[in-house]
Amino acid sequence: MPGGLLGIEPLDRVEIEAILDRAKSFQPQQMEGRRDMLRGRMIVNLFFEASTRTRTSFEIAAKRLGADAISITASGSSVDKGESLVDTLNTLGAMHPDAIVMRHAASGAPHFLARHLPTPIINAGDGTHEHPTQALLDARTILDRRPTLEGLRVAIIGDIAHSRVARSNMYLLSKFGAHIVLCGPASLLPAELAAIAPGVTLTHDIREAILGADVIMMLRVQFERQHEAAFSASEYFQFYGLRLEHMGLARPDAIVMHPGPINRGREISSEVADSQRSVILNQVENGIAVRMAVLERILSN
Amino acid sequence: MPKLVIRNGRVMDAERRLDAVCDIAIDNGRIAAIGKNLDVAGAGEFDATGLIVAPGFIDMHVHLREPGFEYAESIESGSRAAAAGGFTSVCCMPNTSPVNDNATVTSYIIERAERHAVVNVFPIGAITKNSAGEELAAIGSMKQAGVVAISDDGRPVMNARVMRRAMETARSFGIPVIDHCEDLHLSAGGDMHEGRESVRLGLRGIPAASEDVMVARDIVLAELTGARFHVAHISSRYSVEMVAFAKSRGLAVTCETTPHHFALADCDMPPYDSNYKMKPPLRSACDIGTVVQGVVSGTVDAIATDHAPHAGSEKMQEFEKCPFGIIGLETAVGLTLEKLVHSGKITLSRMVELFTAGPARVLNLDRGRLALGAPADITILDMERIWTYDVNRSASKSRNSPFDGCTFRGGPVATIVGGRVVWSAEDR
Repeated sequence: MPGGLLGIEPLDRVEIEAILDRAKSFQPQQMEGRRDMLRGRMIVNLFFEASTRTRTSFEIAAKRLGADAISITASGSSVDKGESLVDTLNTLGAMHPDAIVMRHAASGAPHFLARHLPTPIINAGDGTHEHPTQALLDARTILDRRPTLEGLRVAIIGDIAHSRVARSNMYLLSKFGAHIVLCGPASLLPAELAAIAPGVTLTHDIREAILGADVIMMLRVQFERQHEAAFSASEYFQFYGLRLEHMGLARPDAIVMHPGPINRGREISSEVADSQRSVILNQVENGIAVRMAVLERILSN
Repeated sequence: MPKLVIRNGRVMDAERRLDAVCDIAIDNGRIAAIGKNLDVAGAGEFDATGLIVAPGFIDMHVHLREPGFEYAESIESGSRAAAAGGFTSVCCMPNTSPVNDNATVTSYIIERAERHAVVNVFPIGAITKNSAGEELAAIGSMKQAGVVAISDDGRPVMNARVMRRAMETARSFGIPVIDHCEDLHLSAGGDMHEGRESVRLGLRGIPAASEDVMVARDIVLAELTGARFHVAHISSRYSVEMVAFAKSRGLAVTCETTPHHFALADCDMPPYDSNYKMKPPLRSACDIGTVVQGVVSGTVDAIATDHAPHAGSEKMQEFEKCPFGIIGLETAVGLTLEKLVHSGKITLSRMVELFTAGPARVLNLDRGRLALGAPADITILDMERIWTYDVNRSASKSRNSPFDGCTFRGGPVATIVGGRVVWSAEDR
């Protein structure tokens, strides 16, 4: 991965497995003290979109490996002064960072820059396209509890159309033979989703999605991101919110995941979010481990 | 003006069903004689042995960006790109600044073209004032000043009642209405064709339905008003089928398609390459099949480029921020040969028709044929010429082409406008 990490779709299983294996050794229970394999390296975190957890997670990951991490957020920077994306990146590129971690509201923004900059770019979420490190940390979290992804039934529920988390997870899980059930109202669940990765089925019924599921991934509802009322906000929780009453449909050892930040009472009830089934905080923990593995892989050559 | 004889070319004229090796003599900017071994005293000679000699190609859909956006293209640079692509006439859309919605702007464009253009420029006027879709533009006086059609290209008239009145007005003045068929509510926010690829790339989709519902509406209005209605850059399956249906009902409905809409599908786009972003968007393979079928069957009347220059900085942005459109004048003939003629889908004669008599009939232009006394607009093709498109050497001011680096077999080698050779491949 010398060229950076733009998405899960182009990666093969060997590459993904290598990252997930390496990430295991970076988990808190395996780590003893700091590791300094990236000492003297400089990583720029460039966030054109608000983010707390992903930015912090990348920052901590870089620092735990001994790298210098600088975070820049769009507000208050030259972006606010009308500088174009290319000029911003050229400017930063001229400062010769070893990698740029980037989040942007436009799908494909990191791909566009990767064509024009020699610096490796790590996609920390681009529009409604991909969020590769999220899928990696989700896979790490599942594999902490299951021997394999193969044959697992994974329900992904919510606004799939606008979800980069859903896309990256679909690409990753399907490469390992999981069965993925996508669930949401039709306006948030385009039929073509079934064609972008193997092993994907669609349903508009949350109960059908959860039936027999090993993993339930809830997505953050972002009505503020939608450009129109594609589904009634007031009815959303009633029809697509995950509640305790649904859990009996899933396998007894099913886990509940959420990329965060959660909206209690919107897509998930507090009872479920705080239940034993919920692995939401493990996901956060694994976020750091997986990002360490990614940074190490891209920067150590 | 000096006399010219084009010797020994394979002269093709779809309109006159002419296909024979002979000479063409040009005198005073007009065709003086067509025949074998013409004896013309004091004429220059153009040896066309082994070449195709066709009526001058007409591109009925270009954006010359003047007045207002001369940083991206001008009448002069756009006309040189046209000549380099084998076109002797272009029709320029009215979305300039100011919009060509009155006779003053029309006259300005015509005067600038007379002074600076190397090919014929026929302006198309706006349907509504400022192309805002509300109040009809000064259609009659624009027609008197020289527009050959009306269109709110790029900003389609959403109000069906306004479109009805526009069609009635256009009918009164004997010109067609060209509609960029797009329901702006259905397409709002979209960046590429809605389908598997848009879902995969996380880009907002422009459904084929946004084109289809407007084609349907306009066909109904064309029947109601008796107007001549022309669909610009048709790209979707149902739209082609509806135009075929309208023709079968005897309506004066015509359509054009562009080379990029039959040469490329949505899945051909390198990830987020803005040189593949245009409206209508590159459609699915299924749509392309129907468009090509329409070209073969005669449902499609013309091939036009929708040449849409944009400055480099406009296309060097996030995909969703980039403007729509690509340049196309210099690659149209090469692409049509490559995708339709060499592959055996249409004959060379049919291709000539799509670039000449086809658009001339739609617009009622006295062009596109090799008749005695007609203006000596002639396009000469070499079917064996192997050439590679280098966009950095384009005569256009803009570089937004997805076909940079493509190699073609066959293409224009000389462009003659009013008896004058305005471009030749040897100039390069």
